[in-house]
Amino acid sequence: MRLPTLLLILAAMLIAAYFLGRQRALSLARPAGGIRSLHSLPKYYGYYAALGALLPGVALLLMWAAFSDSLITARVVQSLPDTLRNQPEAQLGLTLNDIRNLAAGQMFDETRSAEFAVAADLYNSLREASRKILSGLVIALSFGGFALAWFQLRPQFRARNRVESAVRFMLILASLLAIVTTIGILLSVSFEALRFFRQVPVSEFLFGLSWSPQTAIRADQVGSSGAFGAVPLFVGTLLISGIALLVAVPIGLMIAIYLSEYARPALRRIVKPVLEVLAGIPTVVYGYFAALTVAPMIRLAGQQLGLDVASEAALGAGLVMGIMIIPFVSSLSDDAINAVPQAMRDGSFALGATRSETIKRVVLPAALPGIVGGVLLAASRAIGETMIVVMAAGLSANLSFNPLESVTTVTVQIVTLLVGDQEFDSPKTLAAFALGLMLFIVTLILNIVALQVVRRYREQYE
Amino acid sequence: MIADDGDDGASRQLSPEETRRRVDASLRRRYRAERRFRYYGLCSVCLGVIFLVILFGTIIGNGYSAFRQGFVQLDIHFDADVIDPDGGRDPDVLSVADYSLLVKAALRELVPEVTSRGEKRELNNLVSAGAVFSLRETVMADPGILGRKRSLWLPLNSEVDLWLKAKLSGTDGDGISGRFSARQLGWLERLLADDRIELQFNTAFFTNGDSREPELAGVWGATKGSFFMLLVTLLLSFPLGVAAAIYLEEFARRSWWVDVVEVNINNLAAVPSIVFGLLGLAVFINFFGLPRSAPLVGGLVLTLMTLPVVIIASRAAIKAVPPSVREAALGIGASQMQMVFHHVLPLALPGMLTGAIIGMARALGESAPLLMIGMVAFIVDVPSGPMSPSTALPVQIYLWADSPERAFVARTSAAIMVLLAFLLVMNATAVWLRSRFERRW
Repeated sequence: MRLPTLLLILAAMLIAAYFLGRQRALSLARPAGGIRSLHSLPKYYGYYAALGALLPGVALLLMWAAFSDSLITARVVQSLPDTLRNQPEAQLGLTLNDIRNLAAGQMFDETRSAEFAVAADLYNSLREASRKILSGLVIALSFGGFALAWFQLRPQFRARNRVESAVRFMLILASLLAIVTTIGILLSVSFEALRFFRQVPVSEFLFGLSWSPQTAIRADQVGSSGAFGAVPLFVGTLLISGIALLVAVPIGLMIAIYLSEYARPALRRIVKPVLEVLAGIPTVVYGYFAALTVAPMIRLAGQQLGLDVASEAALGAGLVMGIMIIPFVSSLSDDAINAVPQAMRDGSFALGATRSETIKRVVLPAALPGIVGGVLLAASRAIGETMIVVMAAGLSANLSFNPLESVTTVTVQIVTLLVGDQEFDSPKTLAAFALGLMLFIVTLILNIVALQVVRRYREQYE
Repeated sequence: MIADDGDDGASRQLSPEETRRRVDASLRRRYRAERRFRYYGLCSVCLGVIFLVILFGTIIGNGYSAFRQGFVQLDIHFDADVIDPDGGRDPDVLSVADYSLLVKAALRELVPEVTSRGEKRELNNLVSAGAVFSLRETVMADPGILGRKRSLWLPLNSEVDLWLKAKLSGTDGDGISGRFSARQLGWLERLLADDRIELQFNTAFFTNGDSREPELAGVWGATKGSFFMLLVTLLLSFPLGVAAAIYLEEFARRSWWVDVVEVNINNLAAVPSIVFGLLGLAVFINFFGLPRSAPLVGGLVLTLMTLPVVIIASRAAIKAVPPSVREAALGIGASQMQMVFHHVLPLALPGMLTGAIIGMARALGESAPLLMIGMVAFIVDVPSGPMSPSTALPVQIYLWADSPERAFVARTSAAIMVLLAFLLVMNATAVWLRSRFERRW
């Protein structure tokens, strides 16, 4: 039975359980003096029966989804002949992948040995069996759960309280999902990163000056060792984000100041949403714009000035990234500026200060923590931005601070290392996870500091 | 007055004229600074708007031409001897027949002077390799057409298409003519003069999947992939996000644990999207063994990404419902759960929906995490469900932007226009929802 069919059956059972439970409550109530003798409204008895039918089945379904594949795989591995089974882990992974593809009927490679076909058949039959068992078990469990709930129903049964605590439990589970996600990111990324650090020492990764992740296919190849010093990537990331912030912070801040202190409400009403459009444009569009329009423009301008500009210069990616985060900086600064109490401005005006003096000497210093928080958030976004740099920045890891040269960033390397064919155990692939871990930690620290600063500052004036 | 002491001291040494002169000078300087500052602000606003205009201008300027495609009118003779020599009208035979022979014959008819092999090849190259597909479709739909002659509009090769567009707009189009031989240009001019060649609406762009041939490439496959992905995202992130928001706003008591959850949600909203891609790769694909390139996995990753956005928006919407509503409900004997689900939730729903739509719009434009989970593969087939391999609109844009063929430049921009149109519709819906249903208490 396919999964959608099973889910449909489950849904039908759910609805049936609701009506049966409700009916049961009503019929139990009739001899005891009508609906008033029930503890809860009849529908809660229905909900209770439906929950009884739903929860055990869904729990089993989830567990099955999580573990059945690895169990089946282990079983298939056991069945393999020794020569195939005793391969190193990476090779075994590839073999299993081939078997899976063969089982899905995607690959008709005649050169494959018969062992593969046997394993694929086994895989298929195990999956088929697993699916059958699962369907049977889920339906049986749902039925059992429903029956259990059904026999519990009495007029004095506290159905509403039971249902409500179950719902409450589910709400708690939903709110935990965010935590689970964070833990999942940390665990999965750091697990792979640790495997990387077992092969490449942390000190080399953090302080090494050369990055060339191409490892050899054959062990005796020349220049095959692969270098994993990530300093050029960090420098490249900082360079491009720095350019972006140099563009975005002054412009964004001035926009916020102008719109909140000078502009007439009518202008503000028009310009604000227009600028927010900039924030809503997908990053891939910016990347395309950077690669197709801005980069050639910079190159041309450089040639006019007699400068040697790389076609994937850091400047182009940085400029476009700056444009992208302008609305980000301006809206966060706007919040900070608006949070400054009007009394402070009035005080300054009363002393004879002009508007700009008030802004520069009173409003900005007062709003500074909020603005700094906004800039930090913008920096974290610039560091983690991917598509613009993938499309407009270079691939070669040059250790350079020159904005006219081509540099590469952490995110570009993650994408290039992980897109396309990959063996899952080579340091090349694992390096992407180490870079991801660095990225996660750095942006996390920036975010926590920024949010803390913004929060504390907001409390100050509230 | 105490504060005047210093001033008195200063003015004792200065004559009134001198004082006035100094004050005037400093006032002039200060007003100039004021004007300058104001001018900087105005410039920044203008810069922002100019960036936006340039961005849209470039994209529309590059992309509008992709909505039209050059076609050539050929009188195709559906020769039964070529297509179906046995005469069995067997669909299997019909679907593998060599339809390019029909195109070649029709071209020869139009340009009879072509004889040498090289000339023939040059002539045949003018028509898209995809012309055979539309012939096959015609025959498969109506086998009765065999043996008859019909005049059909068939797509031109993408290079010819570029030449035609440049020709019709009166520009040289980056020297596109240089890419054809004099003979080819002569034929094209003649066909154009005979009204055998013209630009028509590019339906293929909206109905096809990806293709290596620019004139056959379309966004339908990517659009459908994006649709399935957003469907998964919406179905998961909206209920989960609302549930989490309800718990945090209505049930959770202030404690260190709730603080941790809160800080964590705010942080997740700012984690780079590519990190979610790494999570998806490590957990959904490598650990759970879900297939690569499937919209289901993309939807799961995007769910984790949009969940914080939905939670934050939903919490704001719940917070906006005044406490009096809650107290009234509790006062007439509702349980806390009934109060939330019968009274608070319906009132907060428009705000939550707005947040969800904005989150969806963000998810629609996201591409970095999708690169990690293999949605960058070159996939021709239009996906049929959330498990079939597909790409997404933004990823399709990325793929086309990388293609060397010149004709893909216009198509990339056109795909961007399609994506932006979807985003516009979603955001407009959110704005409309907000203005229509939002209640000020």
